[in-house]
Amino acid sequence: MLYGVELSSRLLLGTARYPSPAVLERAIKASGAQIVTVSLRREGGASRAGQSFWSFVQSLGLRVLPNTAGCHSVQEAVTTAHMARELFDTKWIKLEVIGDADTLQPDVFGLVEAAGILTQDGFEVFPYTTEDLVVADRLLEAGCRVLMPWGAPIGSARGLNNVYGLRSLRAHFPDIPLIVDAGLGVPSHAAAAMELGYDAVLLNTAVAEAGDPVAMARAFALAVEAGRTAFLAQPLEPRDMAQPSTPVIGKAALERFSN
Amino acid sequence: MRIFLNDDAHEIDPGTLAKALEALGFGGRKIATAVNGRFVAAAARPATPLADGDRIEVVAPMQGG
Repeated sequence: MLYGVELSSRLLLGTARYPSPAVLERAIKASGAQIVTVSLRREGGASRAGQSFWSFVQSLGLRVLPNTAGCHSVQEAVTTAHMARELFDTKWIKLEVIGDADTLQPDVFGLVEAAGILTQDGFEVFPYTTEDLVVADRLLEAGCRVLMPWGAPIGSARGLNNVYGLRSLRAHFPDIPLIVDAGLGVPSHAAAAMELGYDAVLLNTAVAEAGDPVAMARAFALAVEAGRTAFLAQPLEPRDMAQPSTPVIGKAALERFSN
Repeated sequence: MRIFLNDDAHEIDPGTLAKALEALGFGGRKIATAVNGRFVAAAARPATPLADGDRIEVVAPMQGG
């Protein structure tokens, strides 16, 4: 449930970097995603790329989550969010305020400020944040009802960099939808996030730049479902010592005949 | 007068943002606009006068992550 919208898919898929629109469309179908992320960029008088992408998005019939990718300041992100709301006709915004060009780490101070402004302006904000608990608290105070902590830097394919931090975030905010956004590389990363009790994952590059994006989209969908099912099935806690899975009682007494 | 659209300089007749967009080939297209860093809604373009040196941003839907 994201801002009152009930969804059956727990995978949100980005639309960038696919080999072709046809592959993108098939990958979206294979992923089962009901929400796709989109963006906006400058368009010249002669270019029609934006217009054809808009027709494509409409033909999908899915919910879109526009982002403020590439914004480095609060003002830039707020203006971009307003432009996105008008273009895509949605109150939803994936809010990115980037603080570092190399790691694309969120500027959490700018993020909190922009989230507050946009919430006041009637937006429903999906903040791309870190796993920091205090920042999460501030984002909720600013009006966010969903949090999207990173797994690892965008496009890095490193998986969950700070499992402890993500688990801690989950435990602190049991009732807030939490989505791991960014840094996933392979389906087992997505399964791991879901096993921690995360509500969903958002990914793009791991599917788009795979050798076979359509097959990888399907693999991620299966992993998300496996991870969610495992979480609900209450997994074991790791332990230090072995514990025989086969009962020892009633074992045949054969040791005396050794040698 | 001279304005900048997505950083490119254009000589246009004085007028509104709506007129400038029409003149520069953006009429009827799915775009969003900002002037000098501030969002200008589509409905407000006919009532938004431009001044010499204004910087207009025109964006359209694009793939994103």
